[in-house]
Amino acid sequence: MKGVRVMVGTRKGAFILTSDAKRAHWDVSGPHFPGWEIYHINASPVDPDRLYASQSSGWFGQLIQRSNDGGQTWVPVGNQFNYEGDPGTHQTFDGTQQPWAFKRVWCLEPSLTDRDTVYAGVEDAALFRSTDGGQTWLELPGLRAAKGHLWQPGAGGMCLHTILLDPANPQRIFVAISAAGAFRSDDGGQTWHPINQGLISPYELPDATAEVGHCVHNIAMHPNRPGVLFMQKHWDVMRTDNAGDSWQEVSGNLPSDFGFPIAVHTHEPDTIYVIPIKSDSEHYPPEGKLRVYRSRTGGNEWEALTKGLPQSDCYVNVLRSALAVDSLDTCGVYFGTTGGQVYASADSGDSWIPIVRDLPAVMSVEVQTLS
Amino acid sequence: MIHVLLPHHLQVLAQVGREVELEIEGVATLNSILNALESSYPVLNGTIRDQVTLQRRPFLRFFACGQDFSLAEPDTILPEEVLSGAKPFRIVGAMAGG
Repeated sequence: MKGVRVMVGTRKGAFILTSDAKRAHWDVSGPHFPGWEIYHINASPVDPDRLYASQSSGWFGQLIQRSNDGGQTWVPVGNQFNYEGDPGTHQTFDGTQQPWAFKRVWCLEPSLTDRDTVYAGVEDAALFRSTDGGQTWLELPGLRAAKGHLWQPGAGGMCLHTILLDPANPQRIFVAISAAGAFRSDDGGQTWHPINQGLISPYELPDATAEVGHCVHNIAMHPNRPGVLFMQKHWDVMRTDNAGDSWQEVSGNLPSDFGFPIAVHTHEPDTIYVIPIKSDSEHYPPEGKLRVYRSRTGGNEWEALTKGLPQSDCYVNVLRSALAVDSLDTCGVYFGTTGGQVYASADSGDSWIPIVRDLPAVMSVEVQTLS
Repeated sequence: MIHVLLPHHLQVLAQVGREVELEIEGVATLNSILNALESSYPVLNGTIRDQVTLQRRPFLRFFACGQDFSLAEPDTILPEEVLSGAKPFRIVGAMAGG
């Protein structure tokens, strides 16, 4: 029987929510790793029982956990993330240079073809790869060569938070870094170049159209159309139709084009979702109304999705990795809030229910569709 | 036999109780205790000190016999009561809220 597994990372542990294909009733498992920050949990598309989790703590540092049974049991694997060679320095808030230093793993992206290969995006921003199921990690240092000395932390840290693997081209990888921008490799991660042409950041950068330095919050693609990417930038929702060579703004009629996550409908490559936040100074929904916005036209024209979501006195945030979709016939959409709610829609966003509502602050949501 | 007290999260990771016992060959220094601990429980590698620099993680403290050894040099020899097992060596998470 088909079903869905929702993997939720929170400030105080991981939770796994499961349901059948109707997505009406949910079982909650957790907390796993209680008391630890779980920045991300993700599953191998090759082996749905293989999960990876990033477990970290201000006291005890970074661990990586691996499950071979869909999250019922976990084993710690390798946690040594050493930059290749002398990593040099990057910019800081005050414009001075600071040595690169590993802090934590923000995201884990399993390979599309091998369950033992997984990528890790870390802070200070770099990309690592393991080919032995997370036991050992090697940096792909060519990324930092893409003007890394000009990157600087966003408020959340200088983090590589998004990794997209191109299903049509195994050599092509996209990453996004706050606050550096988006980058692309066409040779399996050996060399990289910035793909930020068209991004405009007049409030954040001295040169609004700089090649690097933009605070990209999230990027998303549809697997059947990997040359089209959508981006939620610090301000502005953007789109590229040429794999990042140039971007156009598609914020259109959004009530605010500030936000964190962005996602693409599983079956409709031009249907995209964002969750507007009032501003960079006030990280909660405009007017206290929690609204998902959907565009069925690849941007510019947006409709508010409100049924089942709080429409008054709501002041939660939705972080960059906390929005995901399933691949059932009617696409399910899921997001988690800093207030600890996880909302689900089984009808592409038309209506929503809270499938759990009192978790710690949600940092990430990923979804597996199980056959 | 040296007795080491671990904070809760490290007990869970190492799948041990609050106290572990370590045999140290030669002189028991701060460094040799941590080396023995990590050798006995490899999952703790990187959780107490950086794996490359061996620097103590900033929010962890080392206490023994009413003294704070957090800032002590790695080759500091610990008090006789610790070496004899009469008093424990304590690894403590620094106080913080939230």
